[in-house]
Parts: sequence; C-alpha cells; structure tokens
Amino acid sequence: MQPGLNQILFISTALFFIGVYGFFTRRNLVTILMSVELVLNSVNLNFIAFNKYLWPNRLDGVFFTVFIIAIAAAEAAVAIAIIINLYRNHQSIDVEKAEEMKY
Amino acid sequence: MPNAIYIALIPLLPLAGFLLLGLFGRRIFKNNSGVIGTLLMMCATIISLYVAYGYFFEYGKVNGVYQKLIPFKYAWLVFSKDLSIDMGITLDPISVMMLVVVTFISLMVHVFSLAYMKGEERFSTFYAFLSLFTFSMLGLVISSNIFQIYIFWELVGVSSFLLIGYYYDRPSAVAASKKAFIVTRFADLGFLIGILVLSFYSGTLDFNELISRLTAPGSDQLKAAVTSSFMGISAITWGTFLIFIGGAGKSAMFPLHVWLPDAMEGPTPVSALIHAATMVVAGVYLVARLFPVFAMAAPDSLQIVAYVGAVSALLAAVIACTQTDIKRVLAYSTMSQIGYMMFALGVAKYGGENGLGYTASMFHLFTHAMFKALLFLCAGAVIHFVHSNEMADMGGLRKKLPVTHIAFLIACLSIAGIPPFSGFFSKEEILLAAWQQNRTIYWIGLITSGMTAFYMFRLYFSIFWNRDFNDHHSAHNHHGEGGGLITIPLIILAIGSIVSGFIPFGNFVSSDGSRLATGFHASFSIMPVSIGVIGILIAGWLYKKQSDKPDKISSSLNGLYKTAYHKFYIDEIYLFITKKILFNLVGRPAAWFDRNVVDGLVNFTGNTTQVISEKIKGIQSGKVQQYAIYFLIGAIGLAALIIYW
Repeated sequence: MQPGLNQILFISTALFFIGVYGFFTRRNLVTILMSVELVLNSVNLNFIAFNKYLWPNRLDGVFFTVFIIAIAAAEAAVAIAIIINLYRNHQSIDVEKAEEMKY
Repeated sequence: MPNAIYIALIPLLPLAGFLLLGLFGRRIFKNNSGVIGTLLMMCATIISLYVAYGYFFEYGKVNGVYQKLIPFKYAWLVFSKDLSIDMGITLDPISVMMLVVVTFISLMVHVFSLAYMKGEERFSTFYAFLSLFTFSMLGLVISSNIFQIYIFWELVGVSSFLLIGYYYDRPSAVAASKKAFIVTRFADLGFLIGILVLSFYSGTLDFNELISRLTAPGSDQLKAAVTSSFMGISAITWGTFLIFIGGAGKSAMFPLHVWLPDAMEGPTPVSALIHAATMVVAGVYLVARLFPVFAMAAPDSLQIVAYVGAVSALLAAVIACTQTDIKRVLAYSTMSQIGYMMFALGVAKYGGENGLGYTASMFHLFTHAMFKALLFLCAGAVIHFVHSNEMADMGGLRKKLPVTHIAFLIACLSIAGIPPFSGFFSKEEILLAAWQQNRTIYWIGLITSGMTAFYMFRLYFSIFWNRDFNDHHSAHNHHGEGGGLITIPLIILAIGSIVSGFIPFGNFVSSDGSRLATGFHASFSIMPVSIGVIGILIAGWLYKKQSDKPDKISSSLNGLYKTAYHKFYIDEIYLFITKKILFNLVGRPAAWFDRNVVDGLVNFTGNTTQVISEKIKGIQSGKVQQYAIYFLIGAIGLAALIIYW
C-alpha cells in the first residue's frame, strides 16, 4: 500500500514532538542534541513529503532537505564542542548543573 | 588711547600666578612659590602705575574732563543686539586709582607674607589664593559690564572664603569662612536682583549705556523706571537699593557686618589685603561706579546709603572701644572707616562743588588702604612676635619692635585724623562734605572721629606702652622684629600713609570727571582735629601706664559696656532669628517634607521595584531548558494568535 501524505505528516509530527519532549526532559546534553536532530529530521520529512505529493515535478523541497542535513552536521559539530567545554568546566554534561547564569 | 594688551596684563599676571602656583606649586615651586607670586605682582604693580601715569597725565583728559575709556571689549555672551555680557576694560579715574591701590597693597602683602608665612605647610597654596584674590579684585575694578562686575564680585567672595579658611584645621576658621561666604552671598542675592531690575529697565548690561540711559532726563527708560513702582517705591529706587545691599554685604555695613570681625581668623596678611584695604571697599566702589544713577535718578537710595554708612561708622566705633583682640579692633575700625566712605558718597551730589563727597570718599578709600594695610601688617608683626592676638599679652613692645612701633604710630595718627598725616586730609574732606549737605551725619561723623582716635590710641598704648613686656616666654621670642621682609613693607606703607594725603585728589577724581578744587579750610579743621586730640589724650591717660582706671570706667558703664563688648548682640539676634525662627518655621517643615514626601516617593519607587523583582526573579533560573519552555510557550501563543485572531 502506497502511504498517503497524511500518514507521512502524522509520522513527522510524532517525530517532532518526540524530539521536543526529549529536548525538555533529558538532562544529558548529548541526548538533548539527539532530540534536536529528531526535530530537524521531522522537518526534513515534511519537506520531502510536500515536495513529492504536491509539486512532484519540482525539487525545491529536496534541496532544502540537503541544506538542512548539512547545517545539522555543522550544528552537531558546534554543539559537541560546547559539550566538551562544558565537561571540562563542570566534569559533567548535566544541564541542571550548569546554572551559573541565573539572576 | 592706550594699548589694551598691556592693561589686560594687570589682571592676567596674577591669574597666571594662581594657575602656576595652584597647579604646580606643591611639587615644582615648593621653595620659591612666594618669590614667583611676588615677582608677578611686582610686574602688575609697575604696569598699573604706568597706566595710571598715562591716564592721569597723558591721554585721560579731554578738554579738562577725565574721560571713561574702554580700550578693550569682547562680547562674551550675546543675548540680543542690545543685551550682551561683555568682558571689557574700563579706564576712568576711580578704576585706575583702584588698580594702583589693589596692586600696590597686594604687592606689599606679598612681600610681607614671604617672612610672615614662612615655613607654613601650604605656603604655595597661600600664594596661589592671594594671586586668585588679586586677579578677581583687579577684574572687578576694570569691569565694563555690570554682569562682569558680578562675576568677579563672586570670585572675590570665593577667594576671600578660601583665605579666611586657610587654617582649615581650626574649627573657628572654618566657621568664620562659612559665615563670611553665607552673609556676603545673601547680600549678593540683592545685588543680582538689583542688576536684573536695572538692566530690565535700561535694556542693557553695559555700564556706560546703563548710566547714560538712566540719567538722561526724559529718556524712555528712565521714565519707565521711575513710573513703575512696587510697594509704593519706584523701580529705580528698588534697583539701586538692592545693588547697595550687595555692596553693603561686601563692605560690611550694618546690619550685614557680622562676618568681618570673624574673618580675622584668616592669616594676618590676608586681613590686611582683603578685609581692610581692598575687598571690603568693593561695595564703596560699586556705589561709586553707579554714582550717577544713584545721584540723579534715585536720591532716596543715596539717602539710605548715607544713613547706613553713618550708623555703621558709629556702631563699629563703639564696639571697637571695647574689644580686646587687636585684630578685631582693627576689623571694627575698618568697618567704621568704610562707613565714612559710604556716607560721604551718600551726601554727595552729581557734578561740581556738590560732588565733594564723592571725591572725599574715593580719597579716603585711597588713604585708608594705605594706613589700614599698614595697621594690619604692624599687627601681624606684633602677633608674630607675641604669638597672641590679645592685648593683655602685650604691652611695652616699643623697644622690642622699634620699626613696627613707629609705623603703627604713624598709622594711628593718620586714622585719628591728625595733620599732616593722610587720614587728616581725607577725613576733613568727608566731614566738610557732610557739613555742607547733612548736619546730622556730620555730627555722627564727628563723634565717630573722636572715638576712632580714642580706640586706636587705646590699641597703640596697650601694645607698645602700658607695662614692661614680660619676658617669661622669651624662649620662643628669640627672633627679633623679623628682618627686612617684614620691616620694608611697613616702612613703604608708612611713607605712603604720610604722603598720600598731599595728593590733590580733586584734580583727578570727581563725580563728573572735571577738576574739583578742594581747599584746605583751617577754621573748619579745628573742631575735628581737637576732638581727635582729646580722644588721644583720654586714651593716653587711661592706657599709657598700667592702671585700674579703664576697669573702673567700664564697670561704671556696666550695661552699655557689656552691650558694646557683645557687639550689641547682633550675632545673637541673627542666631536667634536663624536658629529659633527660620529653622523651626521653615527648616524643620522643609526637612520633614523632604524626608517624608520627597524621600518617601523615591523610596516607594525603589521598594516597589525591589519587591516585584524579588518575586519574579525566579524566571531567570539559569536552566536552559526552562528558557526553552518559555520559548515554546511563546511560539505556540504566537501561532495561536495568528491562526485564531
């Protein structure tokens, strides 16, 4: 059975909120980073689905997806650099413990 | 017309001295700051003598009348085409005379201080302040604009404040400097309002313009100023009267004289320069500067000037008879003599023979500067020797301080009006002017003149005769009179006190600039001179030998003596008015209002902010995920807004 647009949007929405949920609840920075990747990938899925079902003879959505993957890679590199620095300062990557910037 | 640049040097040299010594005195010129100040002052003196020579004998006179020259004028603040505050130089007989007086006396004081202030820790600061004072006084006398005179007037007040409070570690000196500043400031408020009134009606701030507009009969400005009135008194009378209040404050006229005796807390050379010879005559100078307006447009104000002067002269003389601090005696005698100058102006009229009082006043200003500076410097020499201001610690000093003794005697004879010393001539002229115009004031002046002779010779005999100087503390009296730097200024000023009386002053200074013949009236002089001699004889009888006669007399005059000794309780009255009435009725409510309403408002704002921020500061928790939640909520909220609006 060929999946329709609705089914794919359902998956991508589920993926998005799983990511958001992980982003807010995880204490480990690496897990948070992974949740961000989930969010990004749900967006990618959206782009691809809209491109395929609504404008099948064009490629804009696909290009956006390629860009997002590249940016996600760069973002992951930056985030890991931050995580390493955080670990050096706190001997931990628990975000709850990095709260010097409060009032 | 003279070259403006070198005239401008007269005030600018002391200003340079002030900047130099004030900025670098403590480090670079530590040892020679006195010499630098003195040399600059000497240059200024030479230039002003040259200017005076040129003005009086070369270019000042046109057709037998001394002109008012303005060699330099710079519009500093321009408000409109007519109204501007200028910085300018005026040369007329009184300003040129004042230039000479101020620079000359200042030079003498500079030289004297080289020895007197030697070893003081803030020696260069002292010279810097002296230079600042001289600069402001010179700027004051050459002002061409009534606002310029006000600026320098305040500068003079500040430098006087600084010098009175020179010994800032003495509470009495600090209190005295504050008192002097506040009292004169209070009077200056009158001056400022007076300036505003006069310039409002005349439409200008320039002296020449102002005088010519307000004295021209029938001019629009004069008409407006005479016809508009406040509380039944015309605007011009108010204006001149308020200006006179400013002058009375600086010149220590009753009832604003209370600061002058206290000002004696300053170093003695300062008293000689500021509180005897120069600054305190600024009020007289101010009235003289605006004399045409006073005489022609506001004769009522001139009457007030005359009576305030006369009352001050008499009152100060009575107080002076009872004081025991030699500098205070001299302070009251200064006040008394300035009272003379004031009432001489007050009885004068503009032009011709009737202007005799004006000439006499300026003449007395000139001679008084000489002999009063001399008296103060002598007092300085005596205090330097005895280390005390009290008469009781002195006596029999004539052998120890021969030069000071002779100089002091000359000055006393001069102030007592004994011929042929300078005070005789100027005082005769004043009394003659009063005799011609106002007999009441003449009699007050005559009585004062006798008392002047009495208290000056009381001072003289108490210091130099009375009893033998007891040498019990001779250990620190090993220094003698103090060398040339002390004695030379005394000698020069003593010569000045003798010869300055012979200057034919009427030739140079008169109310309208033309020559005024001032004769010598032997028959008129008999009375004042004999009263002066009687005063001297009484003083000699009482104080030449140590005796209990003075005490007996003072106790027989118990009430009167006590009142005079306590300076007629004027200080107490002021204290009562300020502390009891003003503080309670105005000060305390104002303080309450300030503390509760003004502060309360500010505190309320502060407290509210603090309470609120205490409550909401938890939002900034430092936890990244919380911030992300806020962000999410915001984003959802915005989305909802856009979708469902």
